[in-house]
Amino acid sequence: MKIHLDTTKCQGHGRCYSLAPELFDCDDLGTAVVLVTGDLDDEQLKKATLAAGNCPEFAIEIGD
Amino acid sequence: MEHPPVIDFATDFDHTDEAWVADPYPIMEDLRERCPIAHSERYGGMWAPMTHATVSAIANDTEHFTSRTVVINEGRPGDEAPPAPIGVAPPISSDPPFHEVARRLLLPAFAPRPVNALEGFSRELCNQLLDDMGDADVINASLQYTQHIPVGLIAKMVGLPPEDGDLFRSFVHEIIEAVDLPVEERIERFAPIEAYIVKLIEDHRENPADDLITYLLNAEIAGTKLLDEHVFGTIVLLIVAGIDTTWSAIGSSLWHLAQNPDDLARLVAHPELIPSAIEEFLRAYAPVTMARLVKEDFEFEGCPMKKDDWILLSFPAANRDPEFFDNADQVLIDREINRHSAFGLGIHRCLGSNLARLEMLVAIEEFIARFPKFELADPAAVTFSQGQVRGPRSLPIRILERA
Repeated sequence: MKIHLDTTKCQGHGRCYSLAPELFDCDDLGTAVVLVTGDLDDEQLKKATLAAGNCPEFAIEIGD
Repeated sequence: MEHPPVIDFATDFDHTDEAWVADPYPIMEDLRERCPIAHSERYGGMWAPMTHATVSAIANDTEHFTSRTVVINEGRPGDEAPPAPIGVAPPISSDPPFHEVARRLLLPAFAPRPVNALEGFSRELCNQLLDDMGDADVINASLQYTQHIPVGLIAKMVGLPPEDGDLFRSFVHEIIEAVDLPVEERIERFAPIEAYIVKLIEDHRENPADDLITYLLNAEIAGTKLLDEHVFGTIVLLIVAGIDTTWSAIGSSLWHLAQNPDDLARLVAHPELIPSAIEEFLRAYAPVTMARLVKEDFEFEGCPMKKDDWILLSFPAANRDPEFFDNADQVLIDREINRHSAFGLGIHRCLGSNLARLEMLVAIEEFIARFPKFELADPAAVTFSQGQVRGPRSLPIRILERA
């Protein structure tokens, strides 16, 4: 399972990089950046799912 | 202007009505079941969607809805209102494509890293306010604490004299609370605000400083300095949007904790829960309601919307929608999945959301560290603001225990 971020939907609410800073960071405008682009281990998957579930814009999906 | 009391919010909606100001949540719930988009002939014609789906659809639809004016007031703005793309207070009043240009100018200053650098300043400010309360048993948390925190931060970032805090709060009142006054009176009341800000800009031209006013005066779009009205409008926006919003958010959080001793005790024992509690307070007591104008006659969800009809964009209503949130009417400070829209949805996401969150975190951490037990001194004495920003404006609290 991988993180898929739709940067056209991201508005910089910042929930993902607050909740899962090991998986997400932001650029100078506050837009999310994915740090882990490969397959997620179990612990990472849990955090990524939490980040995805708190994105108001539905910009993050976890999938193949 | 005196508004007659609302008999039925579904057909005669008015967000300045006493019943709505006192407790809007049961009204939202009722409307959600019956409408879910309320209508009113007041303010020249207004629609008020009450579900997350409709609020989200409108917030994301810049083709049919314009942000040309975002504070609902008497009368329809008509074609004389400052046109998009710039609008009166860019970027909140701007539409694409200019919106993105104006927003990009400001985003870096409000990104997490520069904002988080203000944490130490915020803590000092909060502790000074707590020290100033002395050993009084009853304090007014709104007047002695919450209202001063955003003023201190915005004054520092924008470059405003912090001692003029009362003045900025009166500006905010005139612009976004006194919306039921006749248009002429609103214009008259805006004159001193305009004069003050014009002078502030002149002062910064003569004496540049490390603040946002100086930054805006030096900023360029495609090699050209910003228009004077752009700089002016953005400063108005930063003052208005940055003060009573966060004042309200911190106030509502303390108002909740004063009435829910179990939640308070839990946060005192487990301060690591404060960030998730803040998100829940933002969801349940979202302070900000935005507005849009209908661009052209258009049918939306069966509603025959007319050009220049107002849309009251209630993020607080979206945040209480049981179709979107489990246990929407309950405040759960450890809620794990919380896609709330307290900071809006779509391209106009609150520019200052990182700053607001920092202020809330520091304000709540410092308050409950100092006063681990407190309650409302007189529930009937708590008053809430009227208009599109909701929060306690008087909040007498009895301190039951000091650290």
